Amino acid sequence: MTLHDAYASATETTEGRVYSVTGGDWDSLVTEIGQTKEERVVVNMGPQHPSTHGVLRLILELEGETITEARAGIGYLHTGIEKNTEYRTWTQGVTFVTRMDYLAPIFNETAYCLGVEKLLGITNDIPERASQIRVLMMELNRISSHMVALGTGALELGALSPMIFAFREREKVLDVFEMVSGLRMNMAYVRPGGVAQDLPKGAVAKIRETVKELRHNFKDNEKLLVGNTIWMMRTKGIGYLDLAGCTTLGITGPVLRSAGMPWDLRKTDPYCGYEDYDFDVITTDTCDVYGRFLIRMQELEQSLRIIEQACDKLDKSEGQPVMVADKKIAWPSQLSVGSDGIGNSLEHIREIMGTSMESLIHHFKLVTEGFRVPAGQVYAAVESPRGETGVHLVSDGGTRPYRVHFREPSFNNLQATSAMAEGGMIADVIGAVASIDPVMGGVDR
Amino acid sequence: MNENIGMFGASGSGDTSGFGGLVRSAANFGSSERPYGSYFDEVADELERAYPEFSDAIEKVIVDRGELTLHIKREKLFETAMKLRDTESLRFEVCLGVNGVHYPEDKDRELHAVYPLLSMTHNRRIRLEVSVPDSDPHLPSLVEVWAGNNWHERETWDMFGIIFDGHPGLTRILMPDDWPGHPQRKDYPLGGIPIEYKGATVPAPSERRSYR
Repeated sequence: MTLHDAYASATETTEGRVYSVTGGDWDSLVTEIGQTKEERVVVNMGPQHPSTHGVLRLILELEGETITEARAGIGYLHTGIEKNTEYRTWTQGVTFVTRMDYLAPIFNETAYCLGVEKLLGITNDIPERASQIRVLMMELNRISSHMVALGTGALELGALSPMIFAFREREKVLDVFEMVSGLRMNMAYVRPGGVAQDLPKGAVAKIRETVKELRHNFKDNEKLLVGNTIWMMRTKGIGYLDLAGCTTLGITGPVLRSAGMPWDLRKTDPYCGYEDYDFDVITTDTCDVYGRFLIRMQELEQSLRIIEQACDKLDKSEGQPVMVADKKIAWPSQLSVGSDGIGNSLEHIREIMGTSMESLIHHFKLVTEGFRVPAGQVYAAVESPRGETGVHLVSDGGTRPYRVHFREPSFNNLQATSAMAEGGMIADVIGAVASIDPVMGGVDR
Repeated sequence: MNENIGMFGASGSGDTSGFGGLVRSAANFGSSERPYGSYFDEVADELERAYPEFSDAIEKVIVDRGELTLHIKREKLFETAMKLRDTESLRFEVCLGVNGVHYPEDKDRELHAVYPLLSMTHNRRIRLEVSVPDSDPHLPSLVEVWAGNNWHERETWDMFGIIFDGHPGLTRILMPDDWPGHPQRKDYPLGGIPIEYKGATVPAPSERRSYR
């Protein structure tokens, strides 16, 4: 059967069918617009435009340089992660969800694991040290994510130098991730019940050093951008969205806080022990791109404060478990990092191969079949760099999820593009989208 | 109520992984009794006060794992949502979207739509759940109540085939416009289509031997 495709006409050749991808209905669209008296142009920006913050397609209707209508086209990065998790165990789900919002993997993992733990009813059994490591990793991740937001945001508006500084700092954070989990991104480090492994020796000292360096180096970008006349002219009063708009559109994160609302789940609905950390929720009341930029800039310092406190706590909890005690959930061994990133624990291999057949069977069942999760549904949420990352999990009592749904802040917040851009100039739509900081992996999942 | 055997529906094969012997079943929850605990009683009381027809709109109330779920009849969904948003003592001004769950064994209630609500004013969370039969998958759109539900409803239509009446432009959002079927439904196989690459065809995951 040959389907007629308006966007890709097909011709048969000796080598097989050849598709030529064209603009599709572009010609008819332009003809239609030409018939009206107004001078309106439809501009198709993306999905491969360098300033659209990923494979995002913006369909803009212009009158001169003014945008009369803006629509976002998404779905180019849809990978079916939610469907895939239904065919894997609850633990394997972590490996999938970490790839959704690829700039904030730890947040996806933590939200998912908090949900699974709520379903299992073991929320209060998670060891303190595991929660401390989660907080530490989340705040490091917030820094690396904000660094991309600031760097690429500035880049898209034509300021090239901030990007170099921002990615320089981001690398330092990714080095810490590599040291702790073996991987720089998509670590699958947070697992239902705790974390995959304890911090390696000397990690806390290294992190303290990194914090010092970061605090010093953040000044470079601050000097470049805060109060910079050109930067302010490009960002002040741009991408306006007030509190009423944010509320009805369900916007969370820095965009909501730029409307003056001090809403941060770490304060309003603490998880992982955030109530024990001392930090401030940053807000501005400008409702514009500049305000959102300032918020991200200042949140970096708040994250550093939390990391320092987490380091103090981790010093005290040295040697405590990082996985729930329940042997029906936790894997029987703590794996250690080998030269290949993730390695095996020699001690455990000695036990299962040499002394205990039962341990071997137990390990095998837990890893291949997984643990059972009582039937029911839960919603768990964390404050990711982009807002509320919520997870809706449904279990039917089996070893695999019945349904996993991510309420991605990028997906939700990107809807604000129209509200922010319509009535403004075409050059400002870039700033508006950059201030939402959508990550298309999260938008499309 | 719902019983599935095997990991990938394996039957009579040389499956040695242990997945083939798995039996899983979903429990059906009955309605919870008062008191619900936490702020849930207050929410229920306030809703009853603000919305006299509430007893007619509600199917059941479930309190599970510290979360309140209100099962609403679809005819009353829009009104209930309006009351939840506008009543001062409730003020659920944020809806965190909608997502579907497909229960093929739940006769005439196959498709469920789940709305997590958030009240920033009172710092409370509840959940609305609505079910529709597969043969008549219509729900009122809540875009008028919470504009942010626009894309979420499009996603639920795309993935589950629930039609939201009154939506300003209910089109597919993640899948291509001409995609047949709704991929997140349980009767839709994983992968679903063969993949063509450089002249060779890789069968869909659901058709591969290791998954069968």
